[in-house]
Amino acid sequence: MNSLADTKRRPTDWQGAEMQKRIAGRYAAERRFKAMGMAAIMLSVSFLAFLLVVMVGNGFLGFTQTELPVEIDFPAATGGASPSQFEGPNANANLQVMGLRDIVDSSIEIQYGQKGTDLFSPGGWTAVNAEILSNPEIVGQKTTVYLPVVSDLDVAYKGEGNPESEKKVAELGDQLSTGFNWNFLGNSDATDPMQVGIWGAFKGSLITMIVTLLLAFPVGVLAALYLEEYAPKNRLTDLIEVSINNLAAVPSIIFGLLGLAVFLNFFGMPRSGALVGGLTLALMTMPVIVISGRNAVKSVPPSIREAALGIGASPLQVVFHHVLPLALPGILTGTIIGMARALGETAPLLMIGMRAFIATPPSSITDPATVLPVQIFLWSDEVDRGFVEKTSAAIIVLLLFLLTMNALAIYLRNRFETRW
Amino acid sequence: MTSATLLFLVLGLGLVAWFFGRLKAASLQTNSKSSRSALHSLPNYHGWYVALWAILPAAIFMVVWTMASPTLITDAALTSPAAAQLPQGGFARAAILSEARAIAYGNQVNAFNPLSQSMVEPYRDAISYFQMIGAVAALLMVFACGVFAWLQIKPDLRARTKIERVTMLVLLLASLIAIITTVGIFLSLVFESARFFSMVSPIDFLFGTEWNPKAVAGPRGETGFGAIPLFWGTVFIGAIIAMIVAIPLGLMSAIYLTQYAPAKFRTWMKPILEVLAGVPTVVYGYFAALTVAPTLRDFAVSIGISSASSESALAAGVVMGIMIIPFVSSMADDSIAAVPSAMRDGSLAMGATNSETIKKVLIPAALPGVVGGVLLAVSRAIGETMIVVMAAGLAANMTANPFSSVTTVTTQIVQLLTGDQEFDSPKTLAAFALGLVLFIVTLLLNLIALRVVKKYREAYE
Repeated sequence: MNSLADTKRRPTDWQGAEMQKRIAGRYAAERRFKAMGMAAIMLSVSFLAFLLVVMVGNGFLGFTQTELPVEIDFPAATGGASPSQFEGPNANANLQVMGLRDIVDSSIEIQYGQKGTDLFSPGGWTAVNAEILSNPEIVGQKTTVYLPVVSDLDVAYKGEGNPESEKKVAELGDQLSTGFNWNFLGNSDATDPMQVGIWGAFKGSLITMIVTLLLAFPVGVLAALYLEEYAPKNRLTDLIEVSINNLAAVPSIIFGLLGLAVFLNFFGMPRSGALVGGLTLALMTMPVIVISGRNAVKSVPPSIREAALGIGASPLQVVFHHVLPLALPGILTGTIIGMARALGETAPLLMIGMRAFIATPPSSITDPATVLPVQIFLWSDEVDRGFVEKTSAAIIVLLLFLLTMNALAIYLRNRFETRW
Repeated sequence: MTSATLLFLVLGLGLVAWFFGRLKAASLQTNSKSSRSALHSLPNYHGWYVALWAILPAAIFMVVWTMASPTLITDAALTSPAAAQLPQGGFARAAILSEARAIAYGNQVNAFNPLSQSMVEPYRDAISYFQMIGAVAALLMVFACGVFAWLQIKPDLRARTKIERVTMLVLLLASLIAIITTVGIFLSLVFESARFFSMVSPIDFLFGTEWNPKAVAGPRGETGFGAIPLFWGTVFIGAIIAMIVAIPLGLMSAIYLTQYAPAKFRTWMKPILEVLAGVPTVVYGYFAALTVAPTLRDFAVSIGISSASSESALAAGVVMGIMIIPFVSSMADDSIAAVPSAMRDGSLAMGATNSETIKKVLIPAALPGVVGGVLLAVSRAIGETMIVVMAAGLAANMTANPFSSVTTVTTQIVQLLTGDQEFDSPKTLAAFALGLVLFIVTLLLNLIALRVVKKYREAYE
């Protein structure tokens, strides 16, 4: 109370020590506040950086495999099979008749002892099969092939294995080498982590996305055009708008429940297929496309419409000949962003059964399929240590896919969008 | 002939119809000695007119036929001599018929029941017979309607108006899909929930505190469908822990970016922050389970909490909070930008520092918008599935200890529906009841949030 009385009596002494201290304090508070803001951003960005570093660091190893050389003496093992047998349509059958697997196994046993086959991944011999099909000449000679080792050894060689495997790795020493894991890009799901691949899930994702796009894009664009250009102000239009805004905010898992109850149980569509997955995701993506589409249509200036109407175009011609082409880049940008979201979606697809073990890539929209995010989820549940790096590698593939789509959206926006 | 082939054939014929319609209209145009205006519509529209006439009735017929023919096929197959050996009525008969049908359509290779094998041939015959009838009828319709429309082409045919009317109808139908979807969601949830509540009392479900779902009721009639622990877990992770992370970080980021950051920094940082929202949730879930959860558990053990679980509420909540940051940040950004600059300028002119202006003028003025944004963020967080499925665990604990494991509504929906797939057990139906609660809560949160934001916008307009 005293100081208040003082200030009333005489003017503030701005230069006095007390005031200077106060100002310094206020400036310090200002600096602290600013630093907090900076810290918040840096913290958020470093979370992102940490996440990416962990995933890339783990996943990078998923693209490599540990190999051991195996020398196969084909002329001795086959009794002189000629390379020409393994060309043309009967090649695979002839390889089976020849008993390629046994040949590989016995070569391994010669080189690494009785228990040698335990060192190698059970499906590894298929690599030799593929090698012969692409280059039959090797059957006529002594060849050295590099085959993937069992998962435990692979993990140990990469530095995180159990003591037993570590010991084996130390014994094998220099013979072990690292090669690129082509299986990972070409195979589908498997029980052996050395043989799993991303191709089946990738193809499933592609098919599902195509179904989603074919359904959501036309419906979304037409609905956006109707609502923005023609819809009369009435109850029905209000109801449509409210529904669209609500659908955009409904949790994705609810769409999964809808898919399960309606598409699978009511309409009896094939379970686990890309068709139902695509349908469900299309319902989810459609509101996103409608909302972004409306913004794009809204941004086309009225003068364009008036000019077209003025020279005698019908209302429909105005929209389809002039407004839609001008709004299309914006609509496409929104569509790609919506599709990217659908691509990363997991929960609704779990509901409709796209979580089965799929060892062969789907070839139609009704075949049982899985998609990249679901595959990641399934692998993350595996106990085998070998799946950790595969999961991260699959995440890298998914993130690259998403990155490409977003880059495309940004490119489209910068290249084609007109600022009026 | 499969239905896909038939569909493409009809579409191809539609193209042909379009071509002939256009050709006739064009010849009318060139033959008329007077000016261009002799034709009411451009030849293109006449082409579309014929094509639509050719395709639409046939397409509608094909849809109806696809729905009606299975019954007809079954009836026809049952008149065959092989059907006389079938058991009369009941489950066995239906099983045999469905097996025979599956084999006849090529969905199944071998029959388990020899009787089904005997029914395959009649089925195949009936299928091909009715498919043939359907295909012939559809093609006849294409021709008849196409020719009918083609004959109608005259200079004064108002083809464009008619096409436009059909197009308008298509536009309206496309918009109605949103309503149909909403109604579909609501009805399917309500319908399945009603079946659930006929087995389990809603009071037990909403206010029970024990969650341990069993297919059959226990000795004292307890069913273990008390959802309170799930609601608590959902609120604990989504509305408390995640928001403790997301609100300060999101709000401060937004303040720094809008009030302090140089333009260049802002243009770079904003998209980078947005990336956080674009990362798929399954990636966050894996990150939470693989990296964050073990780290937090080790930390908890080191400070003496021995009960720390490797599937902790904290891990799921923190990672979810990180995911929500850009969401809170952009909502806060919008509401701060909506505060009239006169208020800010006035405060600065009085000698307040930037931070004082922000804390005492901008934030209080933008508060309703920020609160609305936070509500939207909460609604998104409680509907989030993958992070909690992968990181939060399945134990339905009612605890406020962030290091212990809790479960959420979404986790349990996934859990209930990915186990056994008996569709009539209360266990599976409970998922729909949980879904209904989730749907209603997120809907209410969104409506309230939008209303708050809208009201506040109006205050400054």
